[in-house]
Amino acid sequence: MSSGMSPVLSPAITVATTRRILAQLRHDHRTLGLLIGVPSVLMILLRYVFDEPALFDRIGPMLLGLFPFIIMFVVTSVGTLRERTGGTLERLMTTPTGKLDFLLGYALAFGLLSLAQVGVVLVISLSWLGLDLQGSVWSLVLVAVLDALLGMATGLFASAFARTEFQAVQFMPAFVLPQVLLCGLLIPRDSMATWLRVISDVLPLSYAVDAMQRVSREPSFSGALLRDVLVIAAFTLGSLALGAATLRRRTG
Amino acid sequence: MMSSVPAVEVAGLRVVRGGKTVLRDLSFEAPRGSVLGLVGPSGCGKTTLMRCLVGVQIVQAGTVRVLGEPAGSRGLRRRVGYSTQIPAVYADLSVRENMRYFGAVLGAPRTDADRVIEEVGLGGSRDQVVGTLSGGQLNRANLAAALLGDPELLVLDEPTVGLDPVLREELWALFRELSGRGTTLVVSSHVMDEAGRTDRLLLMREGEILADATPRELTERTGAADLDAAFLHLIHERAESPA
Repeated sequence: MSSGMSPVLSPAITVATTRRILAQLRHDHRTLGLLIGVPSVLMILLRYVFDEPALFDRIGPMLLGLFPFIIMFVVTSVGTLRERTGGTLERLMTTPTGKLDFLLGYALAFGLLSLAQVGVVLVISLSWLGLDLQGSVWSLVLVAVLDALLGMATGLFASAFARTEFQAVQFMPAFVLPQVLLCGLLIPRDSMATWLRVISDVLPLSYAVDAMQRVSREPSFSGALLRDVLVIAAFTLGSLALGAATLRRRTG
Repeated sequence: MMSSVPAVEVAGLRVVRGGKTVLRDLSFEAPRGSVLGLVGPSGCGKTTLMRCLVGVQIVQAGTVRVLGEPAGSRGLRRRVGYSTQIPAVYADLSVRENMRYFGAVLGAPRTDADRVIEEVGLGGSRDQVVGTLSGGQLNRANLAAALLGDPELLVLDEPTVGLDPVLREELWALFRELSGRGTTLVVSSHVMDEAGRTDRLLLMREGEILADATPRELTERTGAADLDAAFLHLIHERAESPA
């Protein structure tokens, strides 16, 4: 009863939280540079390592979905862990800040950030690297930003299980790499053993990669793509709800 | 009138952390506009008690009422200011950015950020990133955040630790000024000479209140020369006659 607070949203507090997170990033030029620059550098490397346009057209879009997911996972899990261990989350919990304000503040800030990140890597891929996309650029941006938000939401949830930043960083290989192996990037999911296929069916990254493959191959926004998008959104909301459950006003 | 309700009413408060009883059936009150000192050795339960007052501590038994409402209730979140012992401000933001953010969250006027920065004497470093402040400055930034929005109750955990005597003097002058304006303060300290500046003292040890009295009453009752001696006297007294 004592901890029973309904998650009420205050737009003013949510926006203030988003601005605060963006201000923190503004002070940290190196992180900002890495966030924006690393996906582009990796994309350029990929293009010239394979040096085969057809292969790049197939793999490039999948990575465009993968990078924002992985990077936002790491940034959010470490960022929110800092809030938990640094006492700022507890301070916020003594103020009118609602759990939803906190979560949406993060979602909005990292959503905007991923837009910039995806924008830069996309412009480089489409112009310089000559990526050939069948679908529309906007569906690609939509899927990439959703992937970023999925990474943010799962990172936020994962941070509840880390006591230190060392542990939080280890969650990246633990949570993310199995999904990378099973998502269809290395081997098409259809050719996996049944039990692996079943596991990959319940992992969100499989849908992220599937959506990116459709965007790269299908000229129109198909029903299957819509299904992927909805599944990613559902995983994101589910993770946010789980994350909200780990934000406690009262602790022992 | 509202002010007839005590600012803090604690009755039968018990807290257990990690299987250990940290607070044992505490009861006390603090009238509005008073400065209540919590004094006792490290680990005696001061911080836990303060967490109960701001409503972030899970409580096993008893009641904690603050400004007439159960501690931690939604209506209190703009009326109670809290500064933790370990500074809880964003190290990668400037002092002013921190105050702007916490002020916005509290719905405090925009001018509040500069006001609290001046009040704790950080005017010269308002645009400095918090991570580059000295320990004493960091403490004051942490305190400043608690002053945002003019709360009616201030819960300050060791606000003067690590400060030189001049700054400590200035902050106590600020605390007295706030109390003069009707703000209630609960201030913890392990420095006994600070305890003398409070209106009322709770001497705590091992989760219990050894004494609840004015500083003068304490020295008079125990016949001790100063509060340090009075504290020792009370500990020996208790050891001889276990209740």
